[in-house]
Amino acid sequence: MQFMLLFSRQGKLRLQKWYVPLSDKERKKISRDLVQTILARKPKMCSFLEWRDLKIVYKRYASLYFCCAVEDQDNELITLEIIHRYVELLDKYFGSVCELDIIFNFEKAYFILDEFLLGGEAQETSKKNVLKAIEQADLLQEVYELVL
Amino acid sequence: MPAVSKGDGMRGLAVFISDIRNCKSKEAEIKRINKELANIRSKFKGDKALDGYSKKKYVCKLLFIFLLGHDIDFGHMEAVNLLSSNKYTEKQIGYLFISVLVNSNSDLISLINNAIKNDLSSRNPTFMNLALHCIANVGSREMAEAFAAEVPRILVAGDTMDSVKQSAALCLLRLNRTSPDLVLMGEWTARVVHLLNDQHLGVVTAATSLITTLAQKSPEDFKTSVSLAVARLSRIVSSASTDLQDYTYYFVAAPWLSVKLLRLLQCYPPPEDGAIRGRLTECLETILNKAQEPPKSKKVQHSNAKNAVLFEAISLIIHHDSEPTLLVRACNQLGQFLQHRETNLRYLALESMCTLASSEFSHEAVKTHIETVINALKSERDVSVRQRAVDLLYAMCDRSNAKQIVAEMLSYLETADYSIREEIVLKVAILAEKYAVDYTWYVDTILNLIRFAGDYVSDEVWYRVIQIVINRDEVQGYAAKTVFEALQAPACHENLVKVGGYILGEFGNLIAGDSRSSPLVQFDLLHSKFHLCSVPTRALLLSAYIKFINLFPEVKGTIQEVLRSDSQLRNADVELQQRAVEYLRLSSIASTDILATVLEEMPPFPERESSILAKLKRKKGPGNLHPDLDENRKERSANGGTADHSSTTSNAKVAASPTPSTDLLGLGSTITTQNSAPPASKGTSLLVDVFSENIAAFPVETPVAVGCLPLAPFPSRFVCKNNGVLYENQLLQIGLKSEFRQNLGRMYVFFGNKTSTQSCYGWPFTVPYCAFFLTVSLQLNVHAKPADPTVDGGAQLQQILNIECMSDFVDAPVLNIQFRYGGTLQNVAVKLPITLNKFFQPTEMTSQDFFQRWKQLGAPQQEVQKIFKAKHSMDTEVTKAKIMGFGAALLDGVDPNPSNFVGAGVIHTKTTQVGCLLRLEPNTHAQMYRLTLRTSRDTVSQRLCDLLSEQF
Repeated sequence: MQFMLLFSRQGKLRLQKWYVPLSDKERKKISRDLVQTILARKPKMCSFLEWRDLKIVYKRYASLYFCCAVEDQDNELITLEIIHRYVELLDKYFGSVCELDIIFNFEKAYFILDEFLLGGEAQETSKKNVLKAIEQADLLQEVYELVL
Repeated sequence: MPAVSKGDGMRGLAVFISDIRNCKSKEAEIKRINKELANIRSKFKGDKALDGYSKKKYVCKLLFIFLLGHDIDFGHMEAVNLLSSNKYTEKQIGYLFISVLVNSNSDLISLINNAIKNDLSSRNPTFMNLALHCIANVGSREMAEAFAAEVPRILVAGDTMDSVKQSAALCLLRLNRTSPDLVLMGEWTARVVHLLNDQHLGVVTAATSLITTLAQKSPEDFKTSVSLAVARLSRIVSSASTDLQDYTYYFVAAPWLSVKLLRLLQCYPPPEDGAIRGRLTECLETILNKAQEPPKSKKVQHSNAKNAVLFEAISLIIHHDSEPTLLVRACNQLGQFLQHRETNLRYLALESMCTLASSEFSHEAVKTHIETVINALKSERDVSVRQRAVDLLYAMCDRSNAKQIVAEMLSYLETADYSIREEIVLKVAILAEKYAVDYTWYVDTILNLIRFAGDYVSDEVWYRVIQIVINRDEVQGYAAKTVFEALQAPACHENLVKVGGYILGEFGNLIAGDSRSSPLVQFDLLHSKFHLCSVPTRALLLSAYIKFINLFPEVKGTIQEVLRSDSQLRNADVELQQRAVEYLRLSSIASTDILATVLEEMPPFPERESSILAKLKRKKGPGNLHPDLDENRKERSANGGTADHSSTTSNAKVAASPTPSTDLLGLGSTITTQNSAPPASKGTSLLVDVFSENIAAFPVETPVAVGCLPLAPFPSRFVCKNNGVLYENQLLQIGLKSEFRQNLGRMYVFFGNKTSTQSCYGWPFTVPYCAFFLTVSLQLNVHAKPADPTVDGGAQLQQILNIECMSDFVDAPVLNIQFRYGGTLQNVAVKLPITLNKFFQPTEMTSQDFFQRWKQLGAPQQEVQKIFKAKHSMDTEVTKAKIMGFGAALLDGVDPNPSNFVGAGVIHTKTTQVGCLLRLEPNTHAQMYRLTLRTSRDTVSQRLCDLLSEQF
């Protein structure tokens, strides 16, 4: 996977994760172009499209679009399920996640993503294991606070 | 679940985010952000040391501002400080900031690396993971240099926690992608491969990705992974859906791992070991079988995960391309998906079938779905799905279904989305050419392309139809008739005018017998479009007109009238003006023979790969051109002639020397060179002489003069010599060999490509437009024989010029050479050493005869005398040789003074013969010469005296 973007129906970027080195300018241009392209598509259209030399896999959950760019040989359907699993993880962590959770706790969204995907590849696909890792980290925080 | 509101929440951050969200305008947002930035900056700079929590909060705010799309130029140091905090969340925010805002500031990099090093050696798995995530997220070269050796050690160490192994594996994958030279597995290879056997499926998942990446780089080193991957896959595929517990996803066992294992196997050919191969085939069969089982869940996640594995299995089957039964089963499975109610599956089925179409085992099976695919093209509501249908039709096309597919694509083109029209046009053009049995169909198809989607027909496409028509006699008459009919439409696309103009210009004569398409009708039809067209098209039409003059002498008057009109001769566009002027002159002064030679039918183009194909490849990238992956299997029409149009050398349409690599429009770049040159002055320009009678008719800056090109003069030794090197630079050498008899001459010009590579190509030996011929047509007639315009590095090309001297002349013809080197157009213009004395025939005569004639030529204008200083040593033998080389007979014992030289000869031109006498009197004492020339023509006397006096 080359990058993952989360954006709202209004085109506001909520999360961006880049797995290839790109300049800030390129990132902005890509996000802008892609957000426009996807928002212009109708609801019933298929979740895949060719974009430049990449394959775009996207899915909308409520007010948020989740969009991944993968390479030519990559598997579209499994990427679609990567998106779904990430949504499940967020959902479980925040308890019925909504866009606001991701806005106000953006750092958590990044941490959860890092536990699930690393370097653009699935690191841990077990929901239980990912959440356990996040839970442990949160516990660590509480322990430190208790010590203080 | 730890709720977010618990402990670690940062109130200040939440307030700030709310403020931003409440901003009504962009301006208000920027104002709020600037206020916050000022606040944070002052906190960071303040005297009071910040506590960890505040630092974390401010760094997090900066991060938020950056993610909103604003620039952040401070705070990096504070973030780095957080890395060494012993509080987890502070460290975590520090790492997040560093991962998102990488800064190649070297001071910071070493600090960051230091912090990472500490965490890696902390033996705290949570900290180690944070550090590994940071390396994987940043992936910079500096990090690779610092950690490429350390990470593999962590990965294979026996006491490393599973979660750390997972991070280490993918961290290494990222480093391998960004700096493969630094990631050396060496001794670790076997242990990394062995991770495929790990108990923990999460470790296997991460390791499989890493091994796949490494195997792509060095397949031999990781060959042992094949048997382990097959074993692992086999266990997953045959497991009950509950066996793998949390790795089962919506009743599908470990779909991510399965897909990754199947990907890894695609790095290798089918396993050689029969047992492993059998086991793999079993796995693939099981996966195909499962596709037929009723779904275990109605959830889309279930079917997606299941089909993800299925599609990956089909990819592997196609990759192996060795099991016909599996290939056909895969094809049937995809066939079912073609009509599935899920758009995503239809999309993927079309995509996957494209690759299946190129396998000899499944090509026929794919073809059976043609009706479904055509239907998809017509009925799919999503353009990206229709695009896949176009791709598949293109991939499944062969001789048996080409007509149907091309017809369907053409009719789809009329309603196709703008975004994919150009690509469809290219595909139709390629298929029509590739599978054309009779070329009338091809011509019809391309004309339809122009009719339905003229704006999307690129130059390559219409160039190509012209090349094919030119190269194939049998279709020329039909093409002329068809374009003639097509042009009769009241509104036709400019591309059609281009094709029509070109084809009628070449082959209009083939349909001229019919009174409905008589020459005049053809001309009127073309000219009726003229005023609606752009400059390049008009230029092409002008060339078509001059071709008409040659084809149909009866319309010469009409066409000359058009050329003579002010709108042509005084056209503001220099190219159009130049063409009009030159064509008008050419048609008025050239004899029928010359006209016929200059305007000869274009010679066939060399056969090469279609440039359309190259264009499609550029457009689509390599992966999508399946029909070309299997060149050997499918019969390919060997008759695809092409010329490469990318080189934009000039003209040639009218020039007799064929220059196949020319731009068909004849819009060369010589014109620009000429434009930038200073205006021609009469004395230096040959062309000005030719045009002198109407020089007043157009402004001085009109680029008609060849002579104003930067000219390389020929060495004066060529006056008395016929062979030698005329011109030389780093790229090119021009050698000459010539012979003359009476008023005729033949010159062999050798072009040597001095470069070592083949990068010099397209050496059209061109004479800019018809200027070369015009230049000399009054006094010198120079005809160049056609030659292959390409000269390989180190090779030589010979071009023969036939020369006829019509009357005496002064200026030598100019040879213009254009070629491409390193992507730039090179221009060389040299004068050819064709001088009047070349047409000298020596005449022996007695002393008495000589003096008698000498007296007869006594009129003052007949004699030209020059006294000049010797430039070389006054050697008698050398002088004798030079006079003989000059062409005159050296007469011994004629002059009473034995140190004087006397010569005689006759200059032959087509119109007259001019007797010449010469006398050279050296004065060794003063190092001077006196040269006297007497001929019956003053111009000849002057010219010969000028030429010869330069030799001593």
